[in-house]
Amino acid sequence: MAGHLIELDSVHKWFGSLHVLSDVNLAVDRGEVVVVIGPSGSGKSTLCRVINRLEPIDAGTIRFDGRVLPAEGRALAKLRSEVGMVFQSFNLFAHLTIVDNVTLGPIKVRRESRAEARERAMRLLDRVGIADQADKLPAQLSGGQQQRAAIARALAMQPKAMLFDEPTSALDPEMVGEVLEVMTGLAADGMTMIVVTHEMGFARHAAHRVIFMADGELVEQAPPAEFFGNPRSARARDFLSKVLH
Amino acid sequence: MDVLVENREVFVSGFWVTFQICVLSATGALILGTLVAAMRISPVAPLRWVGTAYVTVFRNLPLTIVFFMTGAAFAELGAPNADLLKIPGLSSVFTRLGIELPYFRFAIVALGVYTAAFVAEAIRSGVNAVPAGQAEAARSLGLTFTQNLRYVVLPQAGKAAVVPLGSVIIAMIKNSALAGAFGVTGELFSNGSALTSAGGYPIVPVFIGISLGFLVMTVPLGLMLDRLEKRRAAGR
Ligand SMILES: Nc1ncnc2c1ncn2[C@@H]1O[C@H](COP(=O)(O)OP(=O)(O)OP(=O)(O)O)[C@@H](O)[C@H]1O
Ligand SMILES: [Mg+2]
Repeated sequence: MAGHLIELDSVHKWFGSLHVLSDVNLAVDRGEVVVVIGPSGSGKSTLCRVINRLEPIDAGTIRFDGRVLPAEGRALAKLRSEVGMVFQSFNLFAHLTIVDNVTLGPIKVRRESRAEARERAMRLLDRVGIADQADKLPAQLSGGQQQRAAIARALAMQPKAMLFDEPTSALDPEMVGEVLEVMTGLAADGMTMIVVTHEMGFARHAAHRVIFMADGELVEQAPPAEFFGNPRSARARDFLSKVLH
Repeated sequence: MDVLVENREVFVSGFWVTFQICVLSATGALILGTLVAAMRISPVAPLRWVGTAYVTVFRNLPLTIVFFMTGAAFAELGAPNADLLKIPGLSSVFTRLGIELPYFRFAIVALGVYTAAFVAEAIRSGVNAVPAGQAEAARSLGLTFTQNLRYVVLPQAGKAAVVPLGSVIIAMIKNSALAGAFGVTGELFSNGSALTSAGGYPIVPVFIGISLGFLVMTVPLGLMLDRLEKRRAAGR
């Protein structure tokens, strides 16, 4: 299909008097992996959250797969089902087993049969390496396992794009790798991804494009080699000098 | 104490009527209260206003006024006998529901409507105890507001809401004693009172009898709640 999968056009967002997104223009192609970096409070999470309208915007337009984001209601629910989201704090449903976490969306939103949903769930859990944890509750899993389960839950909806908001920031260092590995695999399979992260290694080798945000603005964007090798803005240079050393 | 033995039929039949009132009003209050709680947290502003107005009105009015108003409201609505509550299957189990006089049905509605406000608040406190990320994850999967409540938020809110809900129901059981004052004949409290006034029996043993009837319902509930709370505390 022609056209960008995700398109933000002059998007503005305020929290009270705070201008969190300021004239944001961004187009993401199908299969493209975009990594978003920037200092704390620069609006990276908000950028992710406006794309599936977990946060409404105040001005501008956002298109997903050619259509402007619908307002609250069934159409919005349908759009959200096409955009997978992975949170920093996993947000697995605490009262459901891992496999029930993964099948809830397909069964209730897509009206799939229990058996069909379960079969795909098990395949996905296997893919992220935690098939043996399927019948446990989230609290019984390590952070890395929980985040992989959350990725499987999002993938079970067969989304057209995946949004990751600092998926490894809440993890102990030894678990970061296992989650990044799953994400790298997804990227290699051609999933369209927007990834907010502080993992510069992931940005370097998995991203097609790196976006640097500061104070609600997209300050700079470039392929990773160019961005890391030769950042143009002073703010990006300053930020990189802090995170890379 | 012979009063109790001699008149055990009176107490037992009174208990049975009171028990019917309690089961029916509690069921109604739980259903209505859940709906009101859902309205209060709904994304649709007018529904939120209705929910908030409901809780504000019924939580802050004396129950006697709600009892008074219920009969008047049914008359106003053109159903002075509240016949729509003679629900066929239900009336065969809860025999009082189907009788000609409307007071039993009024009492159920008054108690149910009043208690629903407290139920709604208990459920809302439970909902607030569920981390926001849970509902957010559900929304991001494409669940609708009602699916989100039903499959994700309420099952978890339930845990935090059980104990406050139990207290609400205990208060409701005690409040049911008011039904006798509003025309419901044969319930525990009015049966007891009749023994002292018309029957000339001494007050103290009769009221001990009445109290036992209420305690039979409230104490086990209270004990259950204590156990739940302890288990919850141990589980942390
Ligand atoms: N719901 C909200 N209400 C008010 N202000 C908010 C809200 N959410 C975020 N903010 C503010 O908006 C700004 C941008 O927040 P955002 O979470 O998008 O930043 P971020 O780049 O993701 O930061 P971090 O790296 O710390 O996660 C911050 O100053 C934050 O305090
Ligand atoms: Mg953030």
